[in-house]
Amino acid sequence: MELLYILCIPLLAALGLLWPGRRISAQGITLISSLCVLILSIETALRTISAKEIIAVPGFISCDSFGALILLLVAVVGFAAAIFSWGYIDKIGETRKGIMVRPYYALFNLFMVSMLAVPLFSQVALVWIAVELTTLLSVFLVSFASTPEALEAAWKYVVLTCMGAAIALLGILMLYWGMSAVSQGPFTWEGLTMASSKMSPSILNTAFFFILIGFGAKVGLVPLHTWLPDAHSQAPSPICALLSGVETTVVLYAIMRLFPLFHGTSAANMGMWLVIFGLLSTGVAAFLLIQAKDYKRMFAFSTVEHMGIILVAVGIGSYGAHFGAMLQIVGHGLAKAICFFAAGITLLTTDNRDIGSIRGLIRTSPVCGFFLMVGALGIAGAPPFAVFLSELSIFKAGLASGQYLVTGLLAVFIVIAFVGVLFQVNHMVFGKPAPTLKTTIPGTCMAALVIVVLPVILLGVYIPGPVYDLLRLAAYSLGR
Amino acid sequence: MFDTTMITTSLVKLNALAGGLFLLTAFALVATRQVLACLRIYIGQSVLLAFSAVFLGALHGSVHLFLVAGITLAIKSILIPRLLRRTVGQDIYARREISQILNVPASLLIAVAIAFAAYAAATPLLAVSADPNESINLPIGMAGLFLGAYTICVRREAIPQLIGILAMENGAFFAGVSIAPGLPLIAELAAAFDVLIIALVMGLLTRKIQEAMGTTAVGEMTSLREE
Repeated sequence: MELLYILCIPLLAALGLLWPGRRISAQGITLISSLCVLILSIETALRTISAKEIIAVPGFISCDSFGALILLLVAVVGFAAAIFSWGYIDKIGETRKGIMVRPYYALFNLFMVSMLAVPLFSQVALVWIAVELTTLLSVFLVSFASTPEALEAAWKYVVLTCMGAAIALLGILMLYWGMSAVSQGPFTWEGLTMASSKMSPSILNTAFFFILIGFGAKVGLVPLHTWLPDAHSQAPSPICALLSGVETTVVLYAIMRLFPLFHGTSAANMGMWLVIFGLLSTGVAAFLLIQAKDYKRMFAFSTVEHMGIILVAVGIGSYGAHFGAMLQIVGHGLAKAICFFAAGITLLTTDNRDIGSIRGLIRTSPVCGFFLMVGALGIAGAPPFAVFLSELSIFKAGLASGQYLVTGLLAVFIVIAFVGVLFQVNHMVFGKPAPTLKTTIPGTCMAALVIVVLPVILLGVYIPGPVYDLLRLAAYSLGR
Repeated sequence: MFDTTMITTSLVKLNALAGGLFLLTAFALVATRQVLACLRIYIGQSVLLAFSAVFLGALHGSVHLFLVAGITLAIKSILIPRLLRRTVGQDIYARREISQILNVPASLLIAVAIAFAAYAAATPLLAVSADPNESINLPIGMAGLFLGAYTICVRREAIPQLIGILAMENGAFFAGVSIAPGLPLIAELAAAFDVLIIALVMGLLTRKIQEAMGTTAVGEMTSLREE
């Protein structure tokens, strides 16, 4: 039942906010709904550890441990983003007139519903619809600032991802075609996995490529990544954290769900294609990241890089690599939230997007400087953070399975990205300070930052038992 | 007995006719130079999609496909045009030519190549099926999908790009009515609803762009790029 509540609570919150009349506080409602979702998600995640799968509506809505992991990540980042929005959007409203707070929070809640729905839906056609809705419901959040740049970014975002979605739709219909020829079971992830060994390999292959390209456009895989830095740099910071940290991950989850279909079939080596696309994304993004002039753009390129790393880890195919991929998903989602929240408060204090003209933040605004540095170290994969641990386990698994070239290239790209991010952020944080605007950072923004910083550090030094179980079960679900 | 085979063959032929015309509309979308004509072609294409669903429904005796046809007609040929008229009316009815990146003959040549590529991609998949309708709907649907994508790439205006996306979805569904006729009705309904939201969101965004920048030539917006 709680699975249905998770979907209904933000939906009701959004409807309440769209209702005419303004008696209730939009911020308060959003905060309460995302807190409820967080609590229910934690409970769901704990239950999936013992009971393999929770089924709410058979054949349509269910949640296993992989789904629960994604659900939990969306809920945590969503909760932090709701807190961050409170101070951030109010602060923007002080300087710019005509900011529409209530539609913002209504869309925020609807966007949350669509992202929560992806891991909860088990019917594959409905998953496609949920993925499409994540785009459509976030378009006006991306164009929220209504500047020409924001509108341009929103247009590119909607056109490219909808094109991708149409291609993925044909892929999903093909999967149904292949499955209905051999099995009468429900069209769910589980039903597909059971039927896949009997399905025609050519249909399976073609469907996989359509879905990889279609959903890959939304994840930001390299030939189709062009919209991503635009949209992820123009949206308001709390939305950036959601777009970069979890929306991409949620779609990647849908691609990863296809991986078990290829065990025991004569279809082509899907792992190899994931590795190729993953390495391409990681490499290109690592070089684009060095030359970025806008720090939010730089963090957006880092998202493309991390999506590539996760794909490579899935493609390597051993349990250790899958475990690393799961930890990377969690570490990246949370660390990217730190980065964009820190970028948000930096934008508030400096009113400047240019890396070159910001210097000495640690003196003028120690809070911004500190969190920006923590975010950069966290996302680049410096030792005490979760991403370090996950990248290390991916390297180990890659070497153990004898894929030296893949592991070597991945290591080189990760080091380039590491140097790139730290060099750029170093430039902003240290050095002779440039004059900045005097503004106070809202308390809620600080609170949101603390909420995401703590788990990133915690996961880097010690993974608590239940979280470890969840990661382990999720990694197993990708295997055979 | 004779009658039923004749009905079956004529239904297959009618479906093939709908398929041929569907492909023609996909080409027409590439070549048309006026916004209003683009929208009309899209409406025609949706009607052909509905026809194909009706023919296949009659062939398989499936009420489900008749419902799909009804939903398609209601949403794609009635609701979406009305919605676009309300959100971006003046942009559609302004009688003007829209620019393309390539000229029309070159564009059509590339479109023909794309259609052949779609046939080549679909042929190995059809080896496993014996249904004649699948060998019509799948390649034509795939060609519709690719030609829609191509239309988006060569257009610089917002509304033709939006229609390109809707045409891509039409292509996917044209293949779908034949290869996935048993998809749960809830999924079909949600997908149709989803297409409506695409039209609404992109229509409203176009209007915002028009208000902020005084133009809907989205291809000219290039302030965000790598130096």
